[in-house]
Amino acid sequence: MVNLLESVLRVVQHAESGYHPVLPGLILLLPLAGFVINGLGAFLWRDSKRIPGIVGPAAIIGAFGIVVANFLAMRGAFPHDPAVVSLWTWMAVGDLSIGVDLQFDQLSILMMLIVTGVSSVIHVYSIGYMREDPGYSRYFSYLNLFVFFMLILVMGANFPIVFVGWEGVGLCSYLLIGFWYENREFASAGKKAFIVNRIGDFGFLVAMFLIFTHFGTLDFVEVFAAAPETLVYAGGVVTLITLLLFLGATGKSAQIPLYVWLPDAMAGPTPVSALIHAATMVTAGVYLVARSGVLFAMAPVSQAVVAAIGAGTALFAATIATQQYDIKKVLAYSTVSQLGYMFLAVGIGAFTAGVFHLMTHAFFKALLFLGSGAVIHAMHHALHQVHRDDDPNDMRNHGGLKNMMPITWATMWIGTVAIAGIFPFAGFFSKDEIIWYTGTYGYVVLWVVSLLAAVLTAAYMTRLMVLTFHGENRTGADAKPHLKEVPAVMWVPLAILAVLSVVGGWIQIPEALPGLPAVDALHHWLEPVMEPARHVMTEHGFHKAYEAPLGGGEATWAIISTVVALIVVILTFRALVHRRYSPAAESEAPTGFAGILYNKWYVDELYDRVIIRPLLALWRGCWRIVDAGLIDGTLDAMASGTRMVGWVGSLLQSGRVAGYMFWFVTGVVIILALLLL
Amino acid sequence: MDNFFESHWVLSLLIILPLAGSVACLAAREELARHVAFGTSVIAFLISLPLFWTFRSGTAAIQNYVSVPWIEAWGIGYTVGIDGISLLMVLLTTFVTPLAILGSYTYIQRNQRAYYAMLLLLLAAMIGVFVALDLFLFFLFWEIMLIPMYFIIGVWGGKRRIYAAVKFFLFTAIGSLLMLVAILVMVYLYYRQFGIITFAYNDLVQLPIARDLQFVLFAAFALAFAIKVPLFPVHTWLPDAHVEAPTAGSVILAGVLLKMGTYGFLRFALPFFSHAATSPAVIGTVMVLSLIGIIYGAWVAAVQPDAKKLVAYTSIAHLGFVMMGLFALTTQGIQGGILQMVNHGISTGALFLLIGMVYERRHTRMIEDFGGIAKVMPVFAASFLLVALSSIGLPGTNGFIGEFLILIGTFQKYPVVAFIAATGVIFAAAYMLPMVQRMLYGEIDREENRALSDITLRERVVLAPALIMIVLIGVYPQPFLSRTAASVDALIDQVELRAVAAPVVAGASDLRFDRMPILGADE
Repeated sequence: MVNLLESVLRVVQHAESGYHPVLPGLILLLPLAGFVINGLGAFLWRDSKRIPGIVGPAAIIGAFGIVVANFLAMRGAFPHDPAVVSLWTWMAVGDLSIGVDLQFDQLSILMMLIVTGVSSVIHVYSIGYMREDPGYSRYFSYLNLFVFFMLILVMGANFPIVFVGWEGVGLCSYLLIGFWYENREFASAGKKAFIVNRIGDFGFLVAMFLIFTHFGTLDFVEVFAAAPETLVYAGGVVTLITLLLFLGATGKSAQIPLYVWLPDAMAGPTPVSALIHAATMVTAGVYLVARSGVLFAMAPVSQAVVAAIGAGTALFAATIATQQYDIKKVLAYSTVSQLGYMFLAVGIGAFTAGVFHLMTHAFFKALLFLGSGAVIHAMHHALHQVHRDDDPNDMRNHGGLKNMMPITWATMWIGTVAIAGIFPFAGFFSKDEIIWYTGTYGYVVLWVVSLLAAVLTAAYMTRLMVLTFHGENRTGADAKPHLKEVPAVMWVPLAILAVLSVVGGWIQIPEALPGLPAVDALHHWLEPVMEPARHVMTEHGFHKAYEAPLGGGEATWAIISTVVALIVVILTFRALVHRRYSPAAESEAPTGFAGILYNKWYVDELYDRVIIRPLLALWRGCWRIVDAGLIDGTLDAMASGTRMVGWVGSLLQSGRVAGYMFWFVTGVVIILALLLL
Repeated sequence: MDNFFESHWVLSLLIILPLAGSVACLAAREELARHVAFGTSVIAFLISLPLFWTFRSGTAAIQNYVSVPWIEAWGIGYTVGIDGISLLMVLLTTFVTPLAILGSYTYIQRNQRAYYAMLLLLLAAMIGVFVALDLFLFFLFWEIMLIPMYFIIGVWGGKRRIYAAVKFFLFTAIGSLLMLVAILVMVYLYYRQFGIITFAYNDLVQLPIARDLQFVLFAAFALAFAIKVPLFPVHTWLPDAHVEAPTAGSVILAGVLLKMGTYGFLRFALPFFSHAATSPAVIGTVMVLSLIGIIYGAWVAAVQPDAKKLVAYTSIAHLGFVMMGLFALTTQGIQGGILQMVNHGISTGALFLLIGMVYERRHTRMIEDFGGIAKVMPVFAASFLLVALSSIGLPGTNGFIGEFLILIGTFQKYPVVAFIAATGVIFAAAYMLPMVQRMLYGEIDREENRALSDITLRERVVLAPALIMIVLIGVYPQPFLSRTAASVDALIDQVELRAVAAPVVAGASDLRFDRMPILGADE
C-alpha cells in the first residue's frame, strides 16, 4: 500500500531554486471533499440549504487560498523548471509508466489562480442564484467536482492526467447542462455536449498514443525537452500529433467544426455558464495548445490551421451573435468568438498573448454571464410573481432594466467595454496584443478577419446592453413592479469581477503606448514555460517581420482600434436605443440575411441531415439487414432446413411394409442402372 | 493450515464447495435455497479473496499447483493451479457470482431449488475452467458449464427462451466439438513424438507442431473460443441469450462466460499454436474481426430499443477491444486486455443487474417505456450513471484503464488498427448516453413510472461492491496490473520463441486416427 500522506508531500523533481509547492494535495482534496459532502447531502439532507451553501464555497475559497500561497512562494523563488509532485503510480505496464503527478510551474499556477479565483466568486454568487432550487446540494456537489477536475486538468504533469481532468470537466459539464434534467431538451443538450466532445477526445487519445510511440513517455517535462531532438521539425509526426491535439481542443473549446454544443449548453444554470462555459473549462483547449507550445512551434502547418480556425471561428460566431435574442445565446456565441481569438494567438505562436486573453476573458465574460444571470433571476422572479411563463432569457422581454437594476447595469457595461477592447479596460490590452501580433507576424488575412470580428464584438455587445437595459421596458405592466436589483450575495461578485475586468489588463502594458508605464509582468512570469517554444520558432526564422500590414506603429494601431471600437459602440447604441421592439411573444422571426444569422447559418440542421441521420440509418441497417437478416437469417434457414430433412425422412418411416418394399426395389433399380451405365 | 492459501486446496475447495452447495440447494426447502446459494457463494468469495495477497506477483510460475493422476491409462490427471491471469479470472468469478445470486432473490419465483443449484454448479464449472491445467479436465469443465446455463436460459428465461437456449447451446457445442478433436490430435502427436499419453497442459504446451498443421488446430480452438467471446459473425447467439436469460444468467454470461473465450485464446490458442497465431493472416483476421466487433457492435447497440439487448451488443464492442489487445501481443495490450476482461465483468454485470431491477418493477426492458425515473429513483439513477460512464470508459473509472492500455499497446504495433478502434470511444458515448437520457431524464411521461420505488437495501448491497470496484480500479489499477505482469511477459516470450521454433516439416501425414491407441487400434 502506498503511504498516501507521505506521497502527497513528496516532491519528485526538485527545482534548483529551492521552490516547494505548498500543500499540493490539499488543493485537490478540498474540492473533492466538497463534492463528497454535498453529494451525500443530496441524498441525506435534501432540504437543507445551509450546509451546501457553506461547504461548497468554503472548499473552493480554501483551495484558492492555498493556490495564492503557492503563487507567492513561486514568485519568490521563480524556478526555471517545473516542480513535479508525485502522488502515486497510476499505471506501470511494461515500458509505460504513468504517475498521478502534479506539475507546478508558472503556467499551471496562473491557471490555478484563474480557476480557483473565478470559481470562488461564482460559488458565492450561486448561493443567491440557486437558493430556491430543490437541487441545491446536488448543484454544489457538481460544481465542486468540476473545480476538482479542472484543477487536475491544469495541474497534471503528463498527458493522461490532463486527460482525466479533461474528461472529468466534460462529465461535470454534462451533468450541469442537464442539471434540470426533467426538461428533456436540457438533458438532450447535455448529451449533445458529451458526444461532440468525445469526437475531440478521440483526437487527444490518438495524439497520446503517437507521443508515447515516439517518446516512450507521456510526461510533459521529458516530452517537451526531448521534442526538438526526437521529432523532425515540420515533419509528419509532429504535425499529426499537434493536429490531433487540436482536434481535442476544438471539441472542448468549441471551435469550428465542433462548436455546436456550446450554445446549447446554455440550458444549464447561468453561474455554470459563467464558470464552465465561459471562464474555465472551454479555455482548456487553449491551455493545452499553450502547454504543448514546443510541439506546436515545431509544426508550422498545424499552427497555421490553429490560427485560421481560430480567426474563422472568431468572425463566424460573432456574426451569429448579432442576431440572437436569448441573452445567454449572445454571450455563448461571444464566448466561441473570443475563444477563437485565443486560438488565433496561440496559433501564430503568441502563446502568452493567448493566455493573457484567456485570463482577461475569464474576468469579463464571467462578469457578463453573471450579470445576465442577475437579469434572468430578476425576470424569473417578476414573471413568477404574476404567473406568466414568458421566456426570462429573451431580450425582447427585457428593456429599460437600467433603472430597476443599476448595479447589474453598471457592471455589465464595464464588461461590455472590456470585451469591446476599449482603453483602459482589460480586453483592450489582451485583444490588442493578439491583433497586433497577427498583423506584424505577417498573417494579413487573419489580421483583417480579427479586426472585423472586433468590430462585430463591439456591435453585438452594445446591442445586448441596449435591448436589456435601455429603451422602454417590455416585461409587461403587471410584472414590471416586481423587477428589482439582486441581493448583495449576487451583486458583490459582479463588483469584484468588474474591478478585475478593468485592472486585469494592466499586468501587460506595451512599451509603445505613450505616457504609460511599460509593464511586462505576464510575459516575464510565463517566460520559463514559453521560452522553449519561442526558441524553436526563432531558430526556424519565425516572427522576424515586425511590420504592421499597413504601416504604423503599435501605438497608432492601439489608438485606432480603441477609437474604432468606441465609435462602433456609440453608433450601435444610437441606432438601437430608440428602436421599438415588441415582446418575444408578439415578434416574428427575422427574415432574410438576419434570418440566416438568427438560425445560426443552419449548421445544426446541416449536421443533422448530412451526418446524424445517415449514420442512424446505417446503424439500423447493420442491425436489421446484417445481424437479423444475413446472419440469423442464414442460421435460421439452416435450422429449418435440418428440420425439413428430418421431416421428409420421418415420412419414409411409415411402418407399412409395402412402402419399404417399394423404396427397396426402387433403390436396387437405381443402383443397377448406375452400375450398368 | 497456515499455508492453505498457497496450496492447491484453496482451488479445490472452490470447486468442491459450490458442488456441495448445489446439492444442498436441491435438498433445502424451497424458500431457503436462495440463502444456501448466497451463503455458499459468499464463502467461496471469502476463500478466494486472500489469494490476491498470497499470490506471488514477481513470478510467472504456476502457483497453488497440484497434479494427481486420475485416469492413468489415458494420462489424465487432476491438475490445477493459477498464474496471474487465472488469478484475476477466479476472483472475478467469485466476485460476480454472489452479486448475481443476491440479485435474483425476488426475481426467481418458481423452481428456486433447481435454479440456485444450477447457479452453484455453474460457479464450480467456471472456477474449474480457469484453474484446470489438464486439457481433459478443462474440456470437462468447459462442457459442464453449458448445461446449467442452458437450463437457466431455457427454464427461467423470457418469452423466446427456448429459441435462445437452443441457439446458445448449438453455437457453443459446435465450437467445443471441434476443439475436442483438436485436443485429441495434440495428445496423439505428443504420443507419436514422446511415447507418452498425456493431457497435461505443461506437457502439451511443449509440443512442437508442424507449421501447416498449426493452422488447422488453431482454427479448431479459435472457433470454440471465438463463439464464446463472441467475435463477429458468430455473435448472434449473445443478444438472444442475454435478452431471454434471467438477470443472474445475463450477469454471469457477460461477467464470466464471455471471458472463457478470451481466456482460452490466452491460455491455449496463443502458446500452443504460436506460429499460426502470430502469422499475418491470423493476426489480420483477428484484428479485422475485433474492429468489426468494436465499431459494428457499437453501431448496432446504438439503435436497440431494448435496454438489455443494447447492453448485450456493447459486450461485443468491449470484447472486441479485449481481443485486439491480446493479439497485439504487446505488454500493454495483453495486460490491458486482461484488466478489461475484469472491468467488463464488473461493469456489464452491474448494468444487467440495474436493468433487472427496473424490469422487476415494470416488467419491461424497452427504453422508451421509461423516462424521468431519476426523479423517483435517485439512488438507482446515480448508480446507473456511474456504471454507464464506466462502460463508456471515462477516466477515473475502470473502463478507461483497460481501453487506454489496449489502445496504446495495439498502437505500438498496429497504429492504423488502434486508430480505427479509438473511434469506438465516440460511439460508446453515442450508444450509452441516449439510453441514460431516455430512461433517467426528462419528465415522467408514463403514469406507471410515477410510483416506482427506489432500489431497496438488498439491491444497494448488490450494487455497492461493483460501484466501489469501478472507482477503485479506475484510480488505483496498479495492484491488478502488477499481478498479471510476470505471467504476461512470460507468455509473450514464449509465444515469440515458439513462433520461430515451430518445425517446418509437414505433420499432416502423422494424422492417422486409426493408429491412435486411445481409439483402440494396434500399436
